[in-house]
Amino acid sequence: MKNDVSEETENTPVVRNVQFEILRYNPDQDDEPYYQTYQVPCQEEWVILDAINYIKDNLDRSLSYRWSCHMAVCGSCGLMVNGEATLSCHSFVREMPDKIRIEPLSNFPVARDLIVDMDGFVENLASVKPYIIPAEERGLEDGWYNQSPAQLEKYQQYTQCINCMLCYSACPQVGLNEGFIGPAALALAHRYNQDSRDVGRSAREDVVSSNVGIWECSFVGACSEVCPKHVDPAAAIQQTKIAATADYFKRFLMPWVKPKKSSSLEPGDEK
Amino acid sequence: MKPVDGEAKIANSKKGSYKVSHKPIIWSLFAAGGTLTALLMPVLVVLVALAVPVGYLPAELFSYARIHELLASPIVKLIVFAVVFLSLWHSAHRMRITVHDFGLRADSFAVFVFYGIAAVASIFLVLAII
Amino acid sequence: MKLDNGHYIRPLARYTWWTQQSSYIRYILREVSSLFIGFFSIVLVCGLYRLSQGEAEFNSWREALWSNGFALSIIVLFFAGYHSVSWFSVTPKAMPLTFSGKRVAPEIIIGAHWLLWLLSSAFVWLLFIYGGDL
Repeated sequence: MKNDVSEETENTPVVRNVQFEILRYNPDQDDEPYYQTYQVPCQEEWVILDAINYIKDNLDRSLSYRWSCHMAVCGSCGLMVNGEATLSCHSFVREMPDKIRIEPLSNFPVARDLIVDMDGFVENLASVKPYIIPAEERGLEDGWYNQSPAQLEKYQQYTQCINCMLCYSACPQVGLNEGFIGPAALALAHRYNQDSRDVGRSAREDVVSSNVGIWECSFVGACSEVCPKHVDPAAAIQQTKIAATADYFKRFLMPWVKPKKSSSLEPGDEK
Repeated sequence: MKPVDGEAKIANSKKGSYKVSHKPIIWSLFAAGGTLTALLMPVLVVLVALAVPVGYLPAELFSYARIHELLASPIVKLIVFAVVFLSLWHSAHRMRITVHDFGLRADSFAVFVFYGIAAVASIFLVLAII
Repeated sequence: MKLDNGHYIRPLARYTWWTQQSSYIRYILREVSSLFIGFFSIVLVCGLYRLSQGEAEFNSWREALWSNGFALSIIVLFFAGYHSVSWFSVTPKAMPLTFSGKRVAPEIIIGAHWLLWLLSSAFVWLLFIYGGDL
Protein backbone atom coordinates (compact mmCIF):
# COMPACT_ATOMS: atom_id res chain seq x y z
CA MET A 1 0.00 0.00 0.00
CA LYS A 2 1.37 3.39 -0.99
CA ASN A 3 -0.56 5.54 1.48
CA ASP A 4 -0.78 4.96 5.16
CA VAL A 5 -4.55 5.46 5.29
CA SER A 6 -6.51 3.25 7.62
CA GLU A 7 -9.23 1.12 6.05
CA GLU A 8 -11.76 2.58 8.43
CA THR A 9 -11.46 6.18 7.17
CA GLU A 10 -11.50 5.05 3.55
CA ASN A 11 -14.72 3.08 3.86
CA THR A 12 -16.89 5.30 6.07
CA PRO A 13 -18.06 8.41 4.17
CA VAL A 14 -18.81 11.58 6.11
CA VAL A 15 -22.56 11.95 6.50
CA ARG A 16 -24.71 14.77 7.85
CA ASN A 17 -28.18 14.07 9.10
CA VAL A 18 -30.50 16.41 7.28
CA GLN A 19 -34.21 16.76 7.92
CA PHE A 20 -36.28 16.94 4.75
CA GLU A 21 -39.79 18.36 4.84
CA ILE A 22 -41.44 17.29 1.64
CA LEU A 23 -44.82 18.29 0.28
CA ARG A 24 -47.00 15.26 -0.37
CA TYR A 25 -50.25 15.07 -2.30
CA ASN A 26 -52.18 12.06 -3.54
CA PRO A 27 -55.21 13.18 -5.57
CA ASP A 28 -56.99 9.88 -4.89
CA GLN A 29 -56.71 10.21 -1.11
CA ASP A 30 -56.05 13.84 -0.19
CA ASP A 31 -58.08 17.02 -0.52
CA GLU A 32 -55.04 19.12 0.32
CA PRO A 33 -51.27 18.72 0.25
CA TYR A 34 -49.39 18.20 3.52
CA TYR A 35 -45.76 18.01 4.62
CA GLN A 36 -43.98 14.78 5.49
CA THR A 37 -40.67 14.70 7.32
CA TYR A 38 -37.75 12.39 6.57
CA GLN A 39 -34.30 12.10 8.20
CA VAL A 40 -31.65 11.50 5.55
CA PRO A 41 -27.96 10.73 6.13
CA CYS A 42 -26.52 12.91 3.38
CA GLN A 43 -23.07 12.34 1.97
CA GLU A 44 -20.84 15.29 1.34
CA GLU A 45 -21.01 15.27 -2.44
CA TRP A 46 -24.76 14.72 -2.70
CA VAL A 47 -27.17 16.91 -4.51
CA ILE A 48 -30.79 17.26 -3.41
CA LEU A 49 -31.79 14.66 -5.99
CA ASP A 50 -29.52 12.08 -4.34
CA ALA A 51 -31.26 12.66 -1.03
CA ILE A 52 -34.70 12.33 -2.62
CA ASN A 53 -33.63 9.13 -4.38
CA TYR A 54 -32.40 7.84 -0.99
CA ILE A 55 -35.83 8.57 0.49
CA LYS A 56 -37.57 6.71 -2.30
CA ASP A 57 -35.20 3.76 -2.16
CA ASN A 58 -35.02 3.37 1.61
CA LEU A 59 -37.72 5.31 3.43
CA ASP A 60 -40.82 5.86 1.34
CA ARG A 61 -41.45 4.13 -1.97
CA SER A 62 -44.58 6.19 -2.58
CA LEU A 63 -42.77 9.48 -3.11
CA SER A 64 -43.27 10.69 -6.70
CA TYR A 65 -41.04 13.13 -8.56
CA ARG A 66 -39.47 13.76 -11.95
CA TRP A 67 -35.80 13.39 -12.81
CA SER A 68 -33.63 11.96 -15.55
CA CYS A 69 -30.14 13.05 -16.53
CA HIS A 70 -28.81 14.08 -13.10
CA MET A 71 -26.59 16.63 -14.86
CA ALA A 72 -28.73 19.71 -15.53
CA VAL A 73 -29.40 19.16 -19.22
CA CYS A 74 -32.80 17.49 -19.36
CA GLY A 75 -34.78 19.99 -17.31
CA SER A 76 -36.92 17.34 -15.56
CA CYS A 77 -36.07 17.76 -11.89
CA GLY A 78 -37.19 21.32 -11.13
CA LEU A 79 -38.29 21.84 -7.50
CA MET A 80 -38.63 24.49 -4.82
CA VAL A 81 -35.83 24.02 -2.29
CA ASN A 82 -36.37 26.24 0.78
CA GLY A 83 -38.55 28.48 -1.35
CA GLU A 84 -36.16 28.87 -4.27
CA ALA A 85 -36.65 27.32 -7.69
CA THR A 86 -33.77 25.06 -8.60
CA LEU A 87 -32.89 21.81 -10.34
CA SER A 88 -32.62 19.13 -7.66
CA CYS A 89 -29.62 17.65 -9.48
CA HIS A 90 -27.89 21.03 -9.48
CA SER A 91 -28.28 21.94 -5.82
CA PHE A 92 -25.68 20.69 -3.35
CA VAL A 93 -26.85 19.51 0.07
CA ARG A 94 -23.61 20.69 1.66
CA GLU A 95 -24.62 24.28 0.90
CA MET A 96 -27.93 23.86 2.70
CA PRO A 97 -28.91 24.05 6.37
CA ASP A 98 -29.91 20.98 8.43
CA LYS A 99 -33.59 21.44 7.59
CA ILE A 100 -34.61 21.49 3.94
CA ARG A 101 -38.12 22.11 2.65
CA ILE A 102 -38.93 20.54 -0.72
CA GLU A 103 -42.00 21.57 -2.69
CA PRO A 104 -43.14 21.23 -6.29
CA LEU A 105 -42.48 24.16 -8.65
CA SER A 106 -44.54 27.25 -7.75
CA ASN A 107 -47.22 28.66 -10.04
CA PHE A 108 -48.14 25.24 -11.41
CA PRO A 109 -50.96 22.89 -10.40
CA VAL A 110 -49.76 19.94 -8.34
CA ALA A 111 -50.56 16.63 -9.99
CA ARG A 112 -49.05 14.34 -7.36
CA ASP A 113 -46.38 14.89 -4.69
CA LEU A 114 -43.57 16.85 -6.40
CA ILE A 115 -44.97 16.48 -9.92
CA VAL A 116 -46.62 19.50 -11.53
CA ASP A 117 -48.95 19.78 -14.46
CA MET A 118 -46.93 21.26 -17.31
CA ASP A 119 -49.59 21.25 -20.04
CA GLY A 120 -50.13 25.01 -19.82
CA PHE A 121 -46.41 25.56 -20.15
CA VAL A 122 -46.20 23.47 -23.31
CA GLU A 123 -49.17 25.34 -24.80
CA ASN A 124 -47.44 28.63 -24.11
CA LEU A 125 -44.32 27.46 -25.91
CA ALA A 126 -46.35 26.34 -28.92
CA SER A 127 -48.28 29.62 -29.06
CA VAL A 128 -45.24 31.65 -30.19
CA LYS A 129 -44.75 29.64 -33.42
CA PRO A 130 -41.40 28.20 -32.33
CA TYR A 131 -40.08 27.25 -35.76
CA ILE A 132 -38.22 28.97 -38.57
CA ILE A 133 -40.61 30.99 -40.72
CA PRO A 134 -38.52 31.63 -43.83
CA ALA A 135 -39.17 34.35 -46.39
CA GLU A 136 -39.97 31.72 -49.00
CA GLU A 137 -40.62 28.09 -48.80
CA ARG A 138 -37.46 26.12 -49.40
CA GLY A 139 -36.91 22.54 -50.42
CA LEU A 140 -33.87 20.34 -50.04
CA GLU A 141 -32.79 21.22 -53.57
CA ASP A 142 -32.39 24.88 -52.50
CA GLY A 143 -29.45 23.86 -50.37
CA TRP A 144 -28.48 25.02 -46.94
CA TYR A 145 -28.72 28.45 -45.32
CA ASN A 146 -25.47 30.32 -44.77
CA GLN A 147 -25.08 31.92 -41.40
CA SER A 148 -22.07 33.80 -40.09
CA PRO A 149 -20.74 33.47 -36.53
CA ALA A 150 -22.00 37.00 -35.87
CA GLN A 151 -25.51 36.03 -37.00
CA LEU A 152 -25.36 32.92 -34.82
CA GLU A 153 -24.25 34.93 -31.81
CA LYS A 154 -27.42 37.01 -31.95
CA TYR A 155 -29.67 34.14 -30.96
CA GLN A 156 -27.50 31.27 -29.74
CA GLN A 157 -27.88 31.84 -26.00
CA TYR A 158 -31.68 31.67 -26.39
CA THR A 159 -31.40 28.19 -27.88
CA GLN A 160 -30.02 26.84 -24.60
CA CYS A 161 -33.38 26.59 -22.85
CA ILE A 162 -34.00 23.10 -21.41
CA ASN A 163 -37.66 23.80 -20.60
CA CYS A 164 -37.10 23.24 -16.89
CA MET A 165 -39.76 25.84 -15.94
CA LEU A 166 -37.72 27.30 -13.06
CA CYS A 167 -38.27 30.75 -14.58
CA TYR A 168 -42.05 30.34 -14.35
CA SER A 169 -41.76 29.51 -10.67
CA ALA A 170 -39.44 32.41 -9.96
CA CYS A 171 -41.49 34.97 -11.87
CA PRO A 172 -44.05 36.72 -9.65
CA GLN A 173 -45.97 37.95 -12.72
CA VAL A 174 -46.64 34.36 -13.77
CA GLY A 175 -48.37 33.95 -10.44
CA LEU A 176 -50.10 37.34 -10.42
CA ASN A 177 -51.15 37.59 -14.09
CA GLU A 178 -53.38 34.83 -15.33
CA GLY A 179 -52.59 33.88 -18.89
CA PHE A 180 -49.14 35.47 -19.02
CA ILE A 181 -47.27 33.18 -21.41
CA GLY A 182 -44.08 33.55 -19.39
CA PRO A 183 -40.30 33.92 -19.73
CA ALA A 184 -39.37 30.71 -21.56
CA ALA A 185 -42.03 31.19 -24.25
CA LEU A 186 -40.92 34.78 -24.83
CA ALA A 187 -37.24 33.83 -24.88
CA LEU A 188 -38.13 31.15 -27.41
CA ALA A 189 -39.95 33.69 -29.60
CA HIS A 190 -36.90 35.94 -29.35
CA ARG A 191 -34.68 33.01 -30.39
CA TYR A 192 -36.55 32.78 -33.65
CA ASN A 193 -37.00 36.51 -34.15
CA GLN A 194 -33.25 36.95 -33.87
CA ASP A 195 -32.42 34.11 -36.24
CA SER A 196 -31.30 35.42 -39.64
CA ARG A 197 -33.15 32.59 -41.39
CA ASP A 198 -36.47 33.75 -39.94
CA VAL A 199 -38.81 36.58 -40.95
CA GLY A 200 -41.66 35.65 -38.64
CA ARG A 201 -41.60 38.52 -36.12
CA SER A 202 -44.85 39.99 -37.42
CA ALA A 203 -46.45 36.55 -37.41
CA ARG A 204 -45.54 36.06 -33.73
CA GLU A 205 -46.60 39.59 -32.78
CA ASP A 206 -50.22 38.86 -32.09
CA VAL A 207 -49.20 36.67 -29.16
CA VAL A 208 -45.88 38.19 -28.13
CA SER A 209 -47.14 41.79 -28.11
CA SER A 210 -50.59 40.92 -26.80
CA ASN A 211 -52.21 41.35 -23.42
CA VAL A 212 -50.59 38.08 -22.28
CA GLY A 213 -47.14 38.65 -23.80
CA ILE A 214 -44.17 40.89 -23.12
CA TRP A 215 -46.23 43.70 -21.60
CA GLU A 216 -47.11 41.60 -18.57
CA CYS A 217 -43.42 41.54 -17.66
CA SER A 218 -42.24 44.15 -15.16
CA PHE A 219 -38.57 43.18 -15.41
CA VAL A 220 -38.23 41.61 -11.99
CA GLY A 221 -35.34 39.62 -13.44
CA ALA A 222 -35.85 36.57 -11.24
CA CYS A 223 -36.24 34.38 -14.33
CA SER A 224 -32.69 35.06 -15.47
CA GLU A 225 -31.35 34.61 -11.94
CA VAL A 226 -32.65 31.05 -11.61
CA CYS A 227 -32.00 29.89 -15.17
CA PRO A 228 -29.48 27.03 -15.03
CA LYS A 229 -28.43 27.52 -18.66
CA HIS A 230 -27.96 31.31 -18.58
CA VAL A 231 -30.53 31.87 -21.27
CA ASP A 232 -31.39 35.27 -19.77
CA PRO A 233 -35.08 35.44 -20.68
CA ALA A 234 -35.33 38.87 -18.99
CA ALA A 235 -32.93 40.26 -21.59
CA ALA A 236 -34.90 38.60 -24.39
CA ILE A 237 -38.11 40.23 -23.16
CA GLN A 238 -36.63 43.71 -22.75
CA GLN A 239 -35.14 43.57 -26.24
CA THR A 240 -38.50 42.41 -27.56
CA LYS A 241 -40.24 45.34 -25.82
CA ILE A 242 -37.97 47.77 -27.63
CA ALA A 243 -38.47 46.04 -30.99
CA ALA A 244 -42.24 45.81 -30.46
CA THR A 245 -42.46 49.49 -29.55
CA ALA A 246 -40.56 50.40 -32.71
CA ASP A 247 -42.91 48.18 -34.74
CA TYR A 248 -45.95 49.75 -33.11
CA PHE A 249 -44.92 53.30 -33.93
CA LYS A 250 -43.78 52.34 -37.43
CA ARG A 251 -47.23 50.96 -38.06
CA PHE A 252 -48.86 54.25 -37.12
CA LEU A 253 -46.29 56.78 -38.21
CA MET A 254 -45.06 55.03 -41.34
CA PRO A 255 -48.04 52.95 -42.49
CA TRP A 256 -46.52 52.57 -45.93
CA VAL A 257 -43.78 50.31 -44.55
CA LYS A 258 -45.07 46.74 -44.60
CA PRO A 259 -43.62 44.18 -42.15
CA LYS A 260 -41.70 41.27 -43.66
CA LYS A 261 -44.08 38.49 -44.56
CA SER A 262 -43.43 34.90 -45.32
CA SER A 263 -44.87 33.18 -48.35
CA SER A 264 -44.42 29.85 -46.61
CA LEU A 265 -47.19 30.42 -44.06
CA GLU A 266 -50.74 29.28 -44.67
CA PRO A 267 -53.40 32.05 -44.68
CA GLY A 268 -54.64 31.16 -41.21
CA ASP A 269 -51.19 31.25 -39.61
CA GLU A 270 -50.65 34.99 -39.81
CA LYS A 271 -52.56 37.49 -37.74
CA MET B 1 -40.35 23.99 -43.36
CA LYS B 2 -44.12 24.35 -43.06
CA PRO B 3 -45.53 23.52 -39.64
CA VAL B 4 -47.22 20.13 -39.58
CA ASP B 5 -50.96 20.11 -38.93
CA GLY B 6 -50.68 19.25 -35.23
CA GLU B 7 -48.37 22.14 -34.48
CA ALA B 8 -50.48 24.61 -36.42
CA LYS B 9 -53.50 23.49 -34.45
CA ILE B 10 -51.77 24.10 -31.12
CA ALA B 11 -50.25 27.40 -32.21
CA ASN B 12 -53.60 28.74 -33.36
CA SER B 13 -55.76 27.24 -30.64
CA LYS B 14 -55.90 30.39 -28.51
CA LYS B 15 -55.87 32.84 -31.40
CA GLY B 16 -59.21 34.37 -30.68
CA SER B 17 -58.43 35.26 -27.09
CA TYR B 18 -55.35 37.46 -27.65
CA LYS B 19 -55.90 41.19 -27.51
CA VAL B 20 -53.73 43.87 -29.12
CA SER B 21 -51.88 45.86 -26.51
CA HIS B 22 -51.36 49.61 -26.72
CA LYS B 23 -48.78 49.51 -23.97
CA PRO B 24 -45.99 50.76 -26.32
CA ILE B 25 -47.33 54.29 -25.98
CA ILE B 26 -47.03 54.48 -22.22
CA TRP B 27 -43.94 52.29 -22.21
CA SER B 28 -42.05 54.74 -24.43
CA LEU B 29 -42.81 57.50 -21.94
CA PHE B 30 -41.82 55.17 -19.12
CA ALA B 31 -38.49 54.20 -20.72
CA ALA B 32 -37.57 57.76 -21.73
CA GLY B 33 -38.57 59.09 -18.32
CA GLY B 34 -36.67 56.35 -16.55
CA THR B 35 -33.49 57.13 -18.44
CA LEU B 36 -33.77 60.88 -17.88
CA THR B 37 -34.55 60.53 -14.19
CA ALA B 38 -31.72 58.05 -13.73
CA LEU B 39 -29.35 60.59 -15.27
CA LEU B 40 -30.69 63.81 -13.77
CA MET B 41 -32.84 63.25 -10.67
CA PRO B 42 -29.96 62.95 -8.18
CA VAL B 43 -28.37 66.22 -9.28
CA LEU B 44 -31.75 67.97 -9.40
CA VAL B 45 -32.63 66.89 -5.86
CA VAL B 46 -29.27 68.03 -4.52
CA LEU B 47 -29.33 71.27 -6.46
CA VAL B 48 -32.92 72.32 -5.83
CA ALA B 49 -33.69 70.87 -2.41
CA LEU B 50 -30.45 70.29 -0.50
CA ALA B 51 -27.55 72.51 -1.65
CA VAL B 52 -28.86 75.70 -0.03
CA PRO B 53 -30.18 74.28 3.28
CA VAL B 54 -26.81 72.62 3.95
CA GLY B 55 -25.07 75.87 3.12
CA TYR B 56 -23.17 74.70 0.06
CA LEU B 57 -24.76 77.18 -2.33
CA PRO B 58 -25.97 80.74 -1.61
CA ALA B 59 -29.71 81.29 -1.60
CA GLU B 60 -29.31 84.17 -4.05
CA LEU B 61 -28.74 81.67 -6.84
CA PHE B 62 -32.37 80.72 -6.39
CA SER B 63 -33.77 84.25 -6.22
CA TYR B 64 -37.03 84.85 -8.00
CA ALA B 65 -35.39 87.23 -10.46
CA ARG B 66 -32.61 84.83 -11.38
CA ILE B 67 -34.77 81.74 -11.78
CA HIS B 68 -37.33 83.73 -13.74
CA GLU B 69 -34.58 84.91 -16.07
CA LEU B 70 -33.06 81.42 -16.48
CA LEU B 71 -36.45 80.03 -17.47
CA ALA B 72 -37.12 82.79 -19.97
CA SER B 73 -35.10 80.97 -22.62
CA PRO B 74 -37.25 78.71 -24.84
CA ILE B 75 -34.54 76.05 -24.87
CA VAL B 76 -34.44 75.92 -21.09
CA LYS B 77 -38.24 75.82 -21.01
CA LEU B 78 -38.25 72.89 -23.41
CA ILE B 79 -35.63 70.92 -21.48
CA VAL B 80 -37.26 71.55 -18.11
CA PHE B 81 -40.65 70.59 -19.55
CA ALA B 82 -39.30 67.40 -21.12
CA VAL B 83 -37.50 66.23 -17.98
CA VAL B 84 -40.38 66.93 -15.59
CA PHE B 85 -43.09 65.68 -17.98
CA LEU B 86 -41.34 62.37 -18.67
CA SER B 87 -40.50 61.93 -15.00
CA LEU B 88 -44.18 62.35 -14.08
CA TRP B 89 -45.33 59.73 -16.59
CA HIS B 90 -42.49 57.33 -15.75
CA SER B 91 -43.49 57.48 -12.09
CA ALA B 92 -47.18 57.17 -12.84
CA HIS B 93 -46.72 54.04 -14.92
CA ARG B 94 -44.38 52.41 -12.42
CA MET B 95 -46.77 53.16 -9.55
CA ARG B 96 -49.58 51.55 -11.51
CA ILE B 97 -47.50 48.37 -11.92
CA THR B 98 -46.38 48.47 -8.28
CA VAL B 99 -49.95 48.65 -7.01
CA HIS B 100 -50.64 45.51 -9.03
CA ASP B 101 -47.46 43.90 -7.60
CA PHE B 102 -48.81 44.50 -4.12
CA GLY B 103 -51.71 42.25 -5.04
CA LEU B 104 -54.41 44.86 -5.62
CA ARG B 105 -56.81 43.97 -8.42
CA ALA B 106 -57.85 47.45 -9.41
CA ASP B 107 -55.96 48.30 -12.58
CA SER B 108 -58.63 50.61 -14.02
CA PHE B 109 -58.70 52.52 -10.75
CA ALA B 110 -54.89 52.69 -10.67
CA VAL B 111 -54.87 53.99 -14.25
CA PHE B 112 -57.41 56.65 -13.33
CA VAL B 113 -55.56 57.77 -10.19
CA PHE B 114 -51.93 57.66 -11.33
CA TYR B 115 -52.29 58.70 -14.94
CA GLY B 116 -54.86 61.23 -13.77
CA ILE B 117 -52.43 62.80 -11.34
CA ALA B 118 -49.76 62.84 -14.04
CA ALA B 119 -52.18 64.45 -16.48
CA VAL B 120 -53.23 67.16 -14.02
CA ALA B 121 -49.61 67.83 -13.09
CA SER B 122 -48.71 68.00 -16.78
CA ILE B 123 -51.39 70.63 -17.36
CA PHE B 124 -50.09 72.73 -14.46
CA LEU B 125 -46.58 72.25 -15.83
CA VAL B 126 -47.59 73.60 -19.23
CA LEU B 127 -49.42 76.53 -17.65
CA ALA B 128 -46.44 77.29 -15.44
CA ILE B 129 -43.83 77.12 -18.15
CA ILE B 130 -45.64 79.01 -20.88
CA MET C 1 -58.12 24.42 -4.36
CA LYS C 2 -58.63 20.96 -5.79
CA LEU C 3 -59.60 20.83 -9.45
CA ASP C 4 -62.00 18.38 -11.10
CA ASN C 5 -59.10 16.47 -12.59
CA GLY C 6 -57.58 15.99 -9.13
CA HIS C 7 -54.81 18.56 -9.55
CA TYR C 8 -54.27 21.01 -6.70
CA ILE C 9 -53.83 24.74 -7.15
CA ARG C 10 -51.85 26.20 -4.26
CA PRO C 11 -52.93 29.56 -2.84
CA LEU C 12 -50.86 32.51 -4.00
CA ALA C 13 -49.32 34.83 -1.40
CA ARG C 14 -50.70 37.79 -3.29
CA TYR C 15 -49.76 40.48 -0.81
CA THR C 16 -46.58 39.02 0.72
CA TRP C 17 -44.80 37.13 -2.09
CA TRP C 18 -42.15 39.81 -2.31
CA THR C 19 -41.08 39.36 1.31
CA GLN C 20 -39.93 35.79 0.65
CA GLN C 21 -36.63 36.59 -1.05
CA SER C 22 -34.10 39.41 -0.87
CA SER C 23 -34.09 39.78 -4.67
CA TYR C 24 -37.85 40.40 -4.58
CA ILE C 25 -37.45 42.99 -1.81
CA ARG C 26 -34.83 44.80 -3.89
CA TYR C 27 -37.22 44.74 -6.84
CA ILE C 28 -40.03 46.28 -4.76
CA LEU C 29 -37.67 48.97 -3.45
CA ARG C 30 -36.78 49.78 -7.04
CA GLU C 31 -40.43 50.07 -7.98
CA VAL C 32 -41.27 52.15 -4.91
CA SER C 33 -38.51 54.59 -5.86
CA SER C 34 -40.96 55.89 -8.46
CA LEU C 35 -43.26 57.06 -5.66
CA PHE C 36 -40.60 59.42 -4.35
CA ILE C 37 -39.38 60.48 -7.78
CA GLY C 38 -42.96 61.19 -8.84
CA PHE C 39 -43.56 63.10 -5.62
CA PHE C 40 -40.49 65.25 -6.22
CA SER C 41 -41.55 65.88 -9.81
CA ILE C 42 -44.84 67.21 -8.49
CA VAL C 43 -42.89 69.39 -6.05
CA LEU C 44 -41.00 70.78 -9.05
CA VAL C 45 -44.26 71.42 -10.91
CA CYS C 46 -45.51 73.30 -7.86
CA GLY C 47 -42.33 75.35 -7.82
CA LEU C 48 -42.64 76.23 -11.48
CA TYR C 49 -46.27 77.12 -11.03
CA ARG C 50 -45.51 79.29 -7.99
CA LEU C 51 -42.78 80.95 -10.06
CA SER C 52 -45.35 81.87 -12.68
CA GLN C 53 -47.58 83.34 -10.00
CA GLY C 54 -45.04 85.79 -8.63
CA GLU C 55 -42.16 86.50 -6.27
CA ALA C 56 -43.95 86.10 -2.96
CA GLU C 57 -45.51 82.78 -3.97
CA PHE C 58 -42.20 81.44 -5.31
CA ASN C 59 -40.32 82.45 -2.17
CA SER C 60 -42.80 80.74 0.11
CA TRP C 61 -42.51 77.54 -1.96
CA ARG C 62 -38.74 77.80 -1.73
CA GLU C 63 -38.71 78.32 2.01
CA ALA C 64 -41.13 75.46 2.63
CA LEU C 65 -38.98 73.08 0.53
CA TRP C 66 -35.76 74.09 2.26
CA SER C 67 -37.11 73.88 5.82
CA ASN C 68 -40.01 71.45 6.11
CA GLY C 69 -39.04 69.49 3.02
CA PHE C 70 -35.42 68.85 3.97
CA ALA C 71 -35.81 65.44 5.61
CA LEU C 72 -38.10 64.18 2.88
CA SER C 73 -35.67 65.43 0.23
CA ILE C 74 -32.93 63.29 1.74
CA ILE C 75 -35.21 60.27 1.36
CA VAL C 76 -36.01 61.32 -2.22
CA LEU C 77 -32.28 61.52 -2.92
CA PHE C 78 -31.77 57.99 -1.62
CA PHE C 79 -34.50 56.62 -3.87
CA ALA C 80 -33.30 58.69 -6.84
CA GLY C 81 -29.88 57.12 -6.39
CA TYR C 82 -31.43 53.67 -6.00
CA HIS C 83 -33.31 54.21 -9.26
CA SER C 84 -30.13 55.27 -11.09
CA VAL C 85 -28.17 52.27 -9.83
CA SER C 86 -30.91 49.77 -10.69
CA TRP C 87 -31.73 51.37 -14.07
CA PHE C 88 -28.12 51.43 -15.28
CA SER C 89 -27.43 47.91 -14.04
CA VAL C 90 -30.00 46.44 -16.44
CA THR C 91 -29.16 48.46 -19.54
CA PRO C 92 -26.80 45.74 -20.88
CA LYS C 93 -29.78 43.37 -20.99
CA ALA C 94 -31.91 45.79 -22.99
CA MET C 95 -29.16 46.83 -25.37
CA PRO C 96 -26.63 44.11 -26.10
CA LEU C 97 -23.75 45.51 -28.14
CA THR C 98 -21.20 43.78 -30.32
CA PHE C 99 -17.93 45.38 -31.27
CA SER C 100 -15.83 43.75 -34.03
CA GLY C 101 -17.53 40.40 -33.57
CA LYS C 102 -17.40 40.18 -29.79
CA ARG C 103 -20.08 40.99 -27.22
CA VAL C 104 -19.30 44.16 -25.28
CA ALA C 105 -18.93 43.32 -21.57
CA PRO C 106 -21.90 44.49 -19.48
CA GLU C 107 -19.57 46.35 -17.12
CA ILE C 108 -18.48 48.59 -19.98
CA ILE C 109 -22.05 49.47 -20.89
CA ILE C 110 -22.90 50.18 -17.25
CA GLY C 111 -19.71 52.20 -16.80
CA ALA C 112 -20.50 54.25 -19.89
CA HIS C 113 -23.90 55.13 -18.41
CA TRP C 114 -22.34 56.23 -15.14
CA LEU C 115 -19.91 58.38 -17.12
CA LEU C 116 -22.88 59.89 -18.92
CA TRP C 117 -24.54 60.44 -15.53
CA LEU C 118 -21.46 62.25 -14.26
CA LEU C 119 -21.20 64.43 -17.35
CA SER C 120 -24.88 65.33 -17.48
CA SER C 121 -25.02 66.04 -13.73
CA ALA C 122 -21.94 68.26 -13.96
CA PHE C 123 -23.43 69.97 -17.01
CA VAL C 124 -26.70 70.75 -15.25
CA TRP C 125 -24.92 71.88 -12.09
CA LEU C 126 -22.50 74.20 -13.87
CA LEU C 127 -25.12 75.48 -16.30
CA PHE C 128 -27.31 76.45 -13.35
CA ILE C 129 -24.59 78.17 -11.38
CA TYR C 130 -22.94 80.01 -14.25
CA GLY C 131 -25.82 80.03 -16.70
CA GLY C 132 -26.94 83.50 -15.81
CA ASP C 133 -23.59 84.87 -16.91
CA LEU C 134 -23.80 83.42 -20.40
